[in-house]
Amino acid sequence: MNLGISAVEFVAQAKDGAISVEEFVAKTLDRIKKVDEKIHAFITVDTQNALDKAKEIDKKIKSKDKVSSCFGMPISIKDNICTAGIKTTCASKMLEDFVAPYDATVTSRLKSEDAIIIGKANLDEFAMGSTTEFSYFGPTRNPWNPEYVPGGSSGGSGASVAALECLASLGSDTGGSVRSPASFCSVVGLKPTYGLISRYGLVSYANSIEQVGPIAKTVEDVAFLLNIVSGYDPHDNTTVHTGQVDYVKDLKSGIQGKKIGIISQMVGDGIDKEVASATNTAISKLQNLGAECIPISLDAVEHSVAAYYTIAAAEASSNLARYDNLRYGFDFNTEGYEFKAFVSKARSNFGPEVTRRMLLGAFVLSAGYYGKYYLKAQKVRTMIKAQLDGAFKKVDYLVSPTMPILPFKIGEKIDDPLKLYLTDINTVTANLSGIPAISVPFSMSSSGLPIGIQLFANSFKEKELLQAAHALQETTHLPEITL
Amino acid sequence: MTKIGLEIHCQLTKLASKLFCSCRAEYRNLEPNSNICPVCAGLPGSLPLLNKKAVEKATMISLALGCTIPEKIGFFRKNYFYPDLPKNFQITQYNAYGPTSIGSDGKIEIEGKTIRIRRIQLEEDPGRLVYEGTSEKTMITLVDYNRAGTPLVEIVTEPDFETPKQVRVFLNVLADLVENIGVSDPYLEGAMRVDGNISEGDGNRVEIKNVGSFRDIEKALHFEITRQQSLVERGITVLAETRHWDDARRITVSSRSKEEEQDYRYLPEADIPIVLIGQNSIEQIKTQMPESIIARKERYVKKYGLPAQVADVLSSDKFYSDLFDKAHNEKNVKEVSNIITTDLMGFADTREKKLELKITPKHISDLADYIMASKLTRNSGKTALQEMVKTGKSLSDVMSSLDLGHVSDAGSIEKIIDEVFKEEEKAVAEAKQNPDTINYLVGKVMKKTKGKADPATTLDILRKKLST
Repeated sequence: MNLGISAVEFVAQAKDGAISVEEFVAKTLDRIKKVDEKIHAFITVDTQNALDKAKEIDKKIKSKDKVSSCFGMPISIKDNICTAGIKTTCASKMLEDFVAPYDATVTSRLKSEDAIIIGKANLDEFAMGSTTEFSYFGPTRNPWNPEYVPGGSSGGSGASVAALECLASLGSDTGGSVRSPASFCSVVGLKPTYGLISRYGLVSYANSIEQVGPIAKTVEDVAFLLNIVSGYDPHDNTTVHTGQVDYVKDLKSGIQGKKIGIISQMVGDGIDKEVASATNTAISKLQNLGAECIPISLDAVEHSVAAYYTIAAAEASSNLARYDNLRYGFDFNTEGYEFKAFVSKARSNFGPEVTRRMLLGAFVLSAGYYGKYYLKAQKVRTMIKAQLDGAFKKVDYLVSPTMPILPFKIGEKIDDPLKLYLTDINTVTANLSGIPAISVPFSMSSSGLPIGIQLFANSFKEKELLQAAHALQETTHLPEITL
Repeated sequence: MTKIGLEIHCQLTKLASKLFCSCRAEYRNLEPNSNICPVCAGLPGSLPLLNKKAVEKATMISLALGCTIPEKIGFFRKNYFYPDLPKNFQITQYNAYGPTSIGSDGKIEIEGKTIRIRRIQLEEDPGRLVYEGTSEKTMITLVDYNRAGTPLVEIVTEPDFETPKQVRVFLNVLADLVENIGVSDPYLEGAMRVDGNISEGDGNRVEIKNVGSFRDIEKALHFEITRQQSLVERGITVLAETRHWDDARRITVSSRSKEEEQDYRYLPEADIPIVLIGQNSIEQIKTQMPESIIARKERYVKKYGLPAQVADVLSSDKFYSDLFDKAHNEKNVKEVSNIITTDLMGFADTREKKLELKITPKHISDLADYIMASKLTRNSGKTALQEMVKTGKSLSDVMSSLDLGHVSDAGSIEKIIDEVFKEEEKAVAEAKQNPDTINYLVGKVMKKTKGKADPATTLDILRKKLST
């Protein structure tokens, strides 16, 4: 039995009875047991429930009862997305034992389509980070080389898919957190348009820019998952009515005659040589597929990282204020503390990156600084959106490398936040503007590390974006994981 | 000169659900922490869902107070740590970066004086802290989140009041107004809360908080004016500070917490998209608004010719004016207004008694018709009314059970008068000399008939008999 098949192939085989769901899930659990010691993609593995659910689905398939579209597909979910009955820790001591009393909308939609939530994936604490090193439970490692970071913050999601510990995963993308691990782990990751997927049950970090995003081995799998998790949700006022869209249908339409803009600011100086050359190769492949590629300059991008960290930190300082350990949290004796002392003592248990961003956020929002920082960042955001609107009048897609550099070693940049923040330069634009972006695994560096290519489309053009991403993925021939 | 401004928090108690979730807006008398859900308890991953009805109701209040309603409204987070705040921020509105609150720049006339309304904003109420023992000495604070998320409208006035009495009149008018619109029951415990700010001359502004009731705000303001004036007389500067009303000692006390220095780090609430209000929906809300108290009073005076004072009393109370509007017709309008303003309001001189009245418009209209048709004396009418409001029974039931039929035929009355003349020879003789004492005899007749004799007929016959 091959755990390396795509999610869509799995569904086809399970439907036909060619594979037993229970067997597949059991084998996946064995795989987790074997490789997760090295990778640490999971915080929680829900073994018994996964097996029970798999048996149940097999029974239904045999007796020709109705089984919903996922047919017991094992999926991991980033541990900042609520799952009733299983811990949702956000990789933080602050939520070490937190079990949500409810399912996130994306979780319940997957469950009702007979997906099996096999476990909760590791992340940077509260999704703040781009390497998954800032997890209270320890870092996730890159399945292609465990000495290297898997990207982040959805590193557990990316690594679990790449390491064949599940067929797909849901991550969340605030500044690149789905696309960065997709790129570093050689899988596909989509950051959808803001408002396309419900955030109900996604633990907020920077709520004006983040989205849940699917991660899988193929663009087709991502389209399949998007069909399930996207769409208006009465529990989230920021979701949008898009009508019935089938992202899988017409996926193979190709990009003949389409126009693609190459973002000058993302392919110039400062990017890794191998990444640059892979990007050039990707561009010529896109041209071979019939697309016209032209350079597009978006100079507001130069301010995007500063604007992103200002806005994200401001929102984080407010969103994370509720973690005072009064209503839920970790075991902590209140005896002898007055309220303020208790709260600051409890809150001293956040990790360093979260603390840094909350302090930065509180600062940029404080009286007298709001205009200087927060409002200015919002202006950059408006500017980026305006420049993108202009660009999408000329082109259908934009292209760039997902990450400007190759995966780096664990610990290499952990003490230099600024350097780490700058690796988000190519991804934050989509979050600040709300537009969708996807990372497609494209090639391997000479050292055997993955390189991903990023495609952008205009808001709610996911169908077209997935068509281009699929066309690009079809041109690639990547090695199988040897872990 | 004394300058007083107010900050009034008014719960929209008539809404079915909280401002951002489907929990009940009415949290009173429930088991602690039983009226909560992931949203109002601020659980990780929960998102606020704006109650559109609350926006409508807050729009109505803004319109009633003559405010400008912006095209778009937005929400902000007010960040501060307090145990009654489940998210450690309150979702509210904020105008520092452009007017996005539901109302601004309004005004209302109070006894010929214009009180300007600075702004009206829609926000969520926090939970409640319950102290074991007194708040200063207790070691234990309990939190009840049942109230958390209850829709609240904050009304901020300019410092346009000069006396505590003006404040009281304003608050009464405001309470009547929100009750009339049907958005709030201002008399429910905690439904309407008032903070004040006050300054003397060019002196510093002092905030007064923790005032429990309308009555107390007047007392607190009186105390504070006296305190500030005596400081000024002695040449001492009044400090800019927040003072708490100490209910037990009836004084204001300097609050040690440095609330003025609090930096709320306001942030736009991105989970709630900007709400477009627009002229169309404002016009539509206007059509749904009940008649204003002022318009109603005018109608009572102009259309029905009620005296201004009667119209005033009747129009400012939603309960009585609804009763009046449903009970009256062209013919009985005076009688109906009399029954309500003199008799009925007399029975229900407290709010509690008013709520217990088992009265329907039909009771009132029947009563008026009977009195006007001389089937019932006003006196018996009052007795009947008293019984109806107590039991809710119909007028005819009450009349037969209390034997209240009207005796108006001259023959029966004459017989009774003859009886009285026999029993009261002395009084009859006196009445012949001094007609002013006739009322004594009328009273005797009424007593014998249990008030059922028609007073006019009785008087007629008495006079006739006395003059022969």
